[in-house]
Amino acid sequence: MASYIGSATSRVDGRAKVTGEAKYAGEFNVPGLVHGYVVDSIIPKGRIVRIDASGALGIAGVIDVLTHSNRPPMADKDDAYKDEVAPEKGSPYRPLYDDRIHFTGQPIALVLAEDWETARVAASQVRIEYQKEAHVTDLHAERTRAYAVDVPEKPRGDAERAFASAAISHAAEYSIPTEHHNPMELFASTAIWENGQLTVYDKTQGVQNVQQYLCKVFNLQPNAVRVMSPYMGGGFGAGLRPQYQVVLTVLAANALKRPVRVMLTRAQMYALGYRPASIERLALGANSGGTLDSMQHEAIAVTSQFEEFARNDTGWGNLLYKSPNAKFEHKLVKLDLPTSCDMRAPGAATGVYALECAMDELAIALKTDPVQLRLQCYSDRHQGEDLPYTSKQLRECYRQGADAFGWSKRNAEPRSMRDGSELVGWGMASGVWEALQVPATVRIVLTANGHAEVATAASDIGTGTYTIMAQVAADMLGLPIDNISVKLGDSTLPQCPVEGGSWIASSVCNAIANTARAVRGDLLELAKATQDSPLSGAGVDDVALIDGKIVSKRDAGRAVSIASAMQSGKAERITREEINQPSEDKSHARNVHSAIFAEVKVDEEIGIIRVTRVVKAVAAGRILNPKTAHSQVMGGVVWGIGMALHEETLYDHRFGRVMNANIAEYHVPVNADIHDIEVIFVDEPDEMVNPLGIKGLGEIGIVGVAAAIANAVYHATGKRVRDLPITLDKVIEFA
Amino acid sequence: MIPFQYTRASDVADAIKQIAADPSAKFIAGGTNLLDLIKYDVATPTRLIDISRLPLRNVEETATGGVLIGALVPNTDLAYHPLIEARYPLLSRSILAGASQQLRNMASTGGNLVQRTRCFYFYDATTPCNKREPGSGCSAISGINRINAILGTSQSCIATHPSDMCVALAVLEAIVHVTGPAGARTIAFADFHRLPDNTPQLDTNLEPDEIITAIELPAKGFSTNYSYLKIRDRLSYAFALVSVAAALELDGDTIKEARVALGGVAHKPWRSSAAEVVLRGQRAEASTFANAADILLRRARGFGHNDFKIGLARRAIVRTLGQAARGTPQSISDKKIR
Ligand SMILES: Cc1cc2nc3c(=O)[nH]c(=O)nc-3n(C[C@H](O)[C@H](O)[C@H](O)COP(=O)(O)OP(=O)(O)OC[C@H]3O[C@@H](n4cnc5c(N)ncnc54)[C@H](O)[C@@H]3O)c2cc1C
Ligand code: SF4
Repeated sequence: MASYIGSATSRVDGRAKVTGEAKYAGEFNVPGLVHGYVVDSIIPKGRIVRIDASGALGIAGVIDVLTHSNRPPMADKDDAYKDEVAPEKGSPYRPLYDDRIHFTGQPIALVLAEDWETARVAASQVRIEYQKEAHVTDLHAERTRAYAVDVPEKPRGDAERAFASAAISHAAEYSIPTEHHNPMELFASTAIWENGQLTVYDKTQGVQNVQQYLCKVFNLQPNAVRVMSPYMGGGFGAGLRPQYQVVLTVLAANALKRPVRVMLTRAQMYALGYRPASIERLALGANSGGTLDSMQHEAIAVTSQFEEFARNDTGWGNLLYKSPNAKFEHKLVKLDLPTSCDMRAPGAATGVYALECAMDELAIALKTDPVQLRLQCYSDRHQGEDLPYTSKQLRECYRQGADAFGWSKRNAEPRSMRDGSELVGWGMASGVWEALQVPATVRIVLTANGHAEVATAASDIGTGTYTIMAQVAADMLGLPIDNISVKLGDSTLPQCPVEGGSWIASSVCNAIANTARAVRGDLLELAKATQDSPLSGAGVDDVALIDGKIVSKRDAGRAVSIASAMQSGKAERITREEINQPSEDKSHARNVHSAIFAEVKVDEEIGIIRVTRVVKAVAAGRILNPKTAHSQVMGGVVWGIGMALHEETLYDHRFGRVMNANIAEYHVPVNADIHDIEVIFVDEPDEMVNPLGIKGLGEIGIVGVAAAIANAVYHATGKRVRDLPITLDKVIEFA
Repeated sequence: MIPFQYTRASDVADAIKQIAADPSAKFIAGGTNLLDLIKYDVATPTRLIDISRLPLRNVEETATGGVLIGALVPNTDLAYHPLIEARYPLLSRSILAGASQQLRNMASTGGNLVQRTRCFYFYDATTPCNKREPGSGCSAISGINRINAILGTSQSCIATHPSDMCVALAVLEAIVHVTGPAGARTIAFADFHRLPDNTPQLDTNLEPDEIITAIELPAKGFSTNYSYLKIRDRLSYAFALVSVAAALELDGDTIKEARVALGGVAHKPWRSSAAEVVLRGQRAEASTFANAADILLRRARGFGHNDFKIGLARRAIVRTLGQAARGTPQSISDKKIR
């Protein structure tokens, strides 16, 4: 039997998704369901003076209007609102808690009605009197108020002095606007009380995180609350923390003693988390030989007034390049906005963008090929911690990516390559992310008919977790993939943290391996108990499960079928549950790497930019499923194109409001913006990172892409644009 | 959103009777613009009169060699209609440059003319906007105005008309057929949309109780030398920053007749007879086109974010006229601006 691991397997949930059989949080219908519609604040800061809901309550079909003054009780301590991934510092936002307004779009009333349209109409009749206070929402205007927070990377040497005396240096500031995740599926929750048990269907990347949060906020017994999220229409980090609609849903279910659903509108989703706008200041100094002497990276990013969300924007240079002197600083500016949050490759998407643009500019100053400069500065050790890597095939990424792209044919001179009326530019960048692992528990129930159920509380946020788990389980249990059913997204299943950081594949698959080994042990015991067992004397690691049989690794002829072992042992099922304990070994750095090569064509007169080719070579350990892996990385590249050319949340700071809170005006790439994307997986066997050698792929796809495109735009036009997105008016001076 | 009644018009006369009887009623055709406006609390009709089933779906030749297009012909059907593809390819291309396939399937010919601006503030009922709430002020003038107008603006409003189709209709000098309580009349396309002046709440010269029944295209289709170029912030499914519809009639290298209209830059498709006059009788070459561009943009003025549109429009005009002259119109399907 061929191995499923490593084969291009189609999604096991594909059929359910395209037929509509797969249900999402807002699609679980029960009789008597009440619909909630959120009334949100139109001012960014102040107090609610009065709420007059009489107009809404007078409409037939309206059941109630919940506000901070008439809601059922909820916890009054910060701790209760701290979820698994909440920032360490600050007080998490509490929906409908009191009369304070912290940001535009904050929910201030929940209209409950027999149907959604009635709730929406009634919501427009709720009158709110505000007492406004002065607000700030502009990072660039408030940057002088930035304060430093701790960053993991410590300074080395004297970066400032080394920079001042560098033979060649480059310093510049890059900026990235606020971006929103915009998953296709709207945020929604459905809460149902039944016989003292609360079931909540929620759009979340972590059912157990939401379950624990709800227990704390509403003082409920853990065994009385079950949170489900079997499918998700995109998360990208937006669903890592419990979002306010789940609190409102449960609040309403508690108040009415009826099942309730709250679904947000697209516009309301712009008052959830976002990738914080940031200013990235880079200063690189090189000696005349073309290696780095000094590396300084300072980031200034947005957080809310009430919580400190900060990610590591600045340390990535330590993973890529040698530099004896280095300094990193991360600063925050508190604004009257919701708390920023993780969005695909948080910290790296922005930080590496700036770093890799700066490296390009340094290469130009050094008159060195940009790939060559990266090889000259290449570090085989994590510079900050002075550790070797479990594996780092980045050199191979540069080589294979450059070959596939045809980089050697590049003329280094800007504006030197063209295609008709278009200037052609070739740019490249590096990408890096972490190979993380978290403790996750997987349960396997093997039944005598040769079927297995594999379960954990992880969520498949659309990445293909169901599929890779089925593949790994099929291989480990020696069963056809059709005999495996995977259960996810249910808080009553074995423990698993939120799905984020690209850590789920490695965590759950290694947990499957551990559990499958335990199952194998049980099977072996049963097999050994059969008369004249061909496996007598074998230990659990002397046998493998292959094609429905327990087979001696030394002598394939010695085998017992799983069915007969279970039959003779009168075992109808074997149930095992094991955890994946991430290695404590701190002797090596664990990272994922990539090289990106991009071609742009820029209309010389009009400035229209097209990304005509992207080659992304990724070294990410073992690739479990080339098909879903390709989709992940390709999707990440599309995100990178959006980051480079399109995405920007537009605020009118006078009003403290998002002005393009819809996906017609918040631009992401459309088909016409996407041309050739080639994804290469560089071979990278790594038994040290974890037993299965899996590193994860969710984030690496986007990292570095915007830099490669910005560098290509410079190469095409000779114009360096340092503030994203790169729109045509930034490339061409239209006199 | 407020509750509304929904009725269907049985024929054109009934539609007029219904709308004349209720000043807060509105026609709904494809609904692709009106429903959004209702959801955003920008439009608050208490009655929707559905005209989508009226028998105004024909595209037929007129006695004078032109074409009459029913007001309810879906944008998609119109763009792919053999008569239009063959004789008015400029119209076809302009329609296909707009919105998305799904929207074009729903959008009607009449609705496309009456669709409202995309100015961000117009859609956000919490901000001042003279078009939405006369007298409240214009947030765009010193706000986010990348997509706003550079021509024909007033102190009270700098919104644009967002349609692509209308830019071609302006060039083709279409005639709008409308019917109201006082009977039927026609409106020349140039007179259909208004400039904002100090009544930005009025987009068109259509009376509130009038219905558009058809659009008439005169015989002249410029099917040899035409182009529609749309420049936007992504390559499809975005409104125009600047668009240009150009149509030429050539005698060898010499321009016999020229028509140019701009989209995305004003409260209506922007034409200039002076610009078209300078083209006439001249050689079809870049310097000639640049002269016309200068005239078209003579009174252009930016408001900060949209300053670049003046220079962009100048280049786009020259480019589009060049495409038209060469007989190589901008393609809408090859993912590339030529
Ligand atoms: C996301 C998005 C992107 C878009 N992008 C583009 C684009 O790039 N380019 C572009 O040109 N357009 C674009 N559109 C706009 C689209 O073309 C218009 O919404 C559509 O043409 C309106 O036609 P409708 O039949 O749906 O009108 P409706 O929404 O039904 O009506 C619009 C208005 O016209 C009135 N009306 C309709 N028919 C008549 C009639 N016969 N007589 C009198 N009044 C009438 C209605 O009362 C209403 O006030 C976009 C729309 C959306 C939502
Ligand atoms: S430009 Fe016109 S539509 Fe926009 S805010 Fe000003 S008045 Fe309103």
